[in-house]
Amino acid sequence: MKRLLACLPAVLLALSPAQPAAQQKATVQNVPEIPYTSVPNFLKMPPGETLGEAIGVATNSKGHVFVYHRSANTRLWEFDKNGAFVKEIGKGYYGFEFAHSVRVDPQDNIWTVDEGTNTVTKFSPEGKFLMVLGHRPSAVDGAVATVFGPNPPAQKYIFCRPTDVGWDRQGNIFVSDGYCNNRVVKYDKDGQFLAQSGSEKAGSEPGQYSLPHGLQVDGRGHVWVADRTNNRYQELDNDLKPLKQYSNLGTGWTVCVSAGPHQYVFASNSNPNGNGPGTWANTGEIYKMELDGTVVGKFGHASKEFGGFQVVHMMDCRNPNEIVVGEIESWRVQKLLLQQPAKTGSSR
Amino acid sequence: MKRFITFLSAAIVAAGLGTAAQSPVPDIVFDSNPSPLMLPDDIYLGEVGGVAANSKGDIYVYTRTGHPTISIGSSRAFAHGGSRLFQFDRSGKFVREIGKDSYGMLVAQQVRIDAQDNVWIVDQMAGYVNKLDAAGRPVLLLGRKAESINVPANAGRGGGGEGGGGRGRGGLPGAGAQSDVFNRPTDVAWDSAGNIFVADGMGNARVAKFDSKGVFLKSWGSRGSEPGMFANVTGIAVDAQGNVYAADAGNKRIQVFDNNGTFKSAITNVGAPGALCMTPGPNQVLYVSNSNPPEDFDNGGEIYKIKLDGTVVGRFGKVGKRPKEFGAVNSLDCRTENSLLVGELANMRVQKLTLR
Repeated sequence: MKRLLACLPAVLLALSPAQPAAQQKATVQNVPEIPYTSVPNFLKMPPGETLGEAIGVATNSKGHVFVYHRSANTRLWEFDKNGAFVKEIGKGYYGFEFAHSVRVDPQDNIWTVDEGTNTVTKFSPEGKFLMVLGHRPSAVDGAVATVFGPNPPAQKYIFCRPTDVGWDRQGNIFVSDGYCNNRVVKYDKDGQFLAQSGSEKAGSEPGQYSLPHGLQVDGRGHVWVADRTNNRYQELDNDLKPLKQYSNLGTGWTVCVSAGPHQYVFASNSNPNGNGPGTWANTGEIYKMELDGTVVGKFGHASKEFGGFQVVHMMDCRNPNEIVVGEIESWRVQKLLLQQPAKTGSSR
Repeated sequence: MKRFITFLSAAIVAAGLGTAAQSPVPDIVFDSNPSPLMLPDDIYLGEVGGVAANSKGDIYVYTRTGHPTISIGSSRAFAHGGSRLFQFDRSGKFVREIGKDSYGMLVAQQVRIDAQDNVWIVDQMAGYVNKLDAAGRPVLLLGRKAESINVPANAGRGGGGEGGGGRGRGGLPGAGAQSDVFNRPTDVAWDSAGNIFVADGMGNARVAKFDSKGVFLKSWGSRGSEPGMFANVTGIAVDAQGNVYAADAGNKRIQVFDNNGTFKSAITNVGAPGALCMTPGPNQVLYVSNSNPPEDFDNGGEIYKIKLDGTVVGRFGKVGKRPKEFGAVNSLDCRTENSLLVGELANMRVQKLTLR
């Protein structure tokens, strides 16, 4: 038996595409359930094509939906607000290898975060290349050996499997970086390094991170970080000083901040890869909260069936009543129409 | 006394700042068109290895559009694709792709146009120099793509497999084989007789000379910092008299040789020259880029204009991502003295500069 246990981790390492994520039941109590419906057959794929892992989703100001997904190659597709396919962006682009995030900035520029090439790329609203941050290791240097052991020191202009990008109202750029760094980096709008929080080392103190997996910036310039392996969200000020930690929402997979004068934060306690025993009962829901952290409702549950969630990787919440979610394991994007929650008592 | 010391340290600081130039270098005023190429919707430039214009003003871009794909499940690992060669007209309109699905386009390094408008591409990973005629047909090939690559690749030897015998083959380190077997070549140039000079390169540390038909004549250089030795050879140009200018970025100098490889002088006040170009006659000048590495966007990046005797005429630009700034310049084209094409790796773009 002992022998079997000893060889199990090795098998997991060899077989699982990602490390099995720690899952944690959220401790927040008395949260009203928000009823919702999922729009049937929302996205219409190009003829003969299918989505891969729906890793990144985002909408622009016209309601167009951008899906950054892992198929045979990593691809970025644009759909209109009714879900009709518009076009592919970045086909064959050097910075596409393994999708992690797509976001649309207030000027409707499209930004991709690719953890296979260690790049963050800004495309115009029409999909023309504008700017790249980070650098893909050159092929001529040969295959990069998988690193086991301590992460190499973080560098100002090099990412290590970055995960997400956001902007404040001045256009400063914030990057969560990532799987092999454990930091948040701030650049000016032209990509000049300004500050970082955290380092290559994982940690659990405020301002330290263990797999910062998602990031968004609210209208006050505060930075929200999904600190996944620490099972929390962190709120930072605009200079990346830690303000608050939220540890009552389960595992911090991904975060979204809605547009408009009254902003909400959405946080996903995604059910982990692997469908392990008990995980579905405790995880899979998405929380909606005020900027002060008051939880106003929750919705969704783990399920492979349409309408449920199978590892939500990213959410778009431009309109806080229409949430677009991208899921890893069901290769699926769903558009959810939220209704008003039933009135209940305190949600803290 | 205290005042004197203060003055002294100021003088020392001022002297220390002059690491790239002995005396103040004039700034050259310039403008940039940061997107002179009109790309089709389905083409993304990627990391620009080389950019060059022909006599009609047509612009060629040899660029790293992706990484080579390795076939698995074979007896050896075979590499395919990764780079593409595009042609635009003088207005920047897309004309065509050349060599689509070619056997050897792995890691684009450089493109140059000779006096007859032939297009020469240098591929760093495939390890060859390929002369294409104006119609895009291969007419002369120096070097050969390695049949397969080692996985994991040997550290420091590049992904191109066995190279020029730069190490452990009995010769001087970096001297390479006396042949057209290259190890990460970087650039090509010609003299007025049509002799071919190859900068070889990042894996080897030599310059190789061939006649116009591609017959190997000789090579010189090995790894080191003495005159005639190279840390690496990152670019090459030949003047109207046949003198050879080899950029030696690792040693922060350009070495000047006569046509047969005899060392003449070194130009040392232009930073680490990552790319260079030479204007056609009669009053030739060199442009050379103190190219920043892609991981450093805080230092360097400027381009120098120098006379052939090494006198710095002026400098322009700096590191950055905005127009008129540069990110890891890998290619300069200067068919006319005040109009330059600049290809950048880290910023994945071509800028067209007009000097005032």
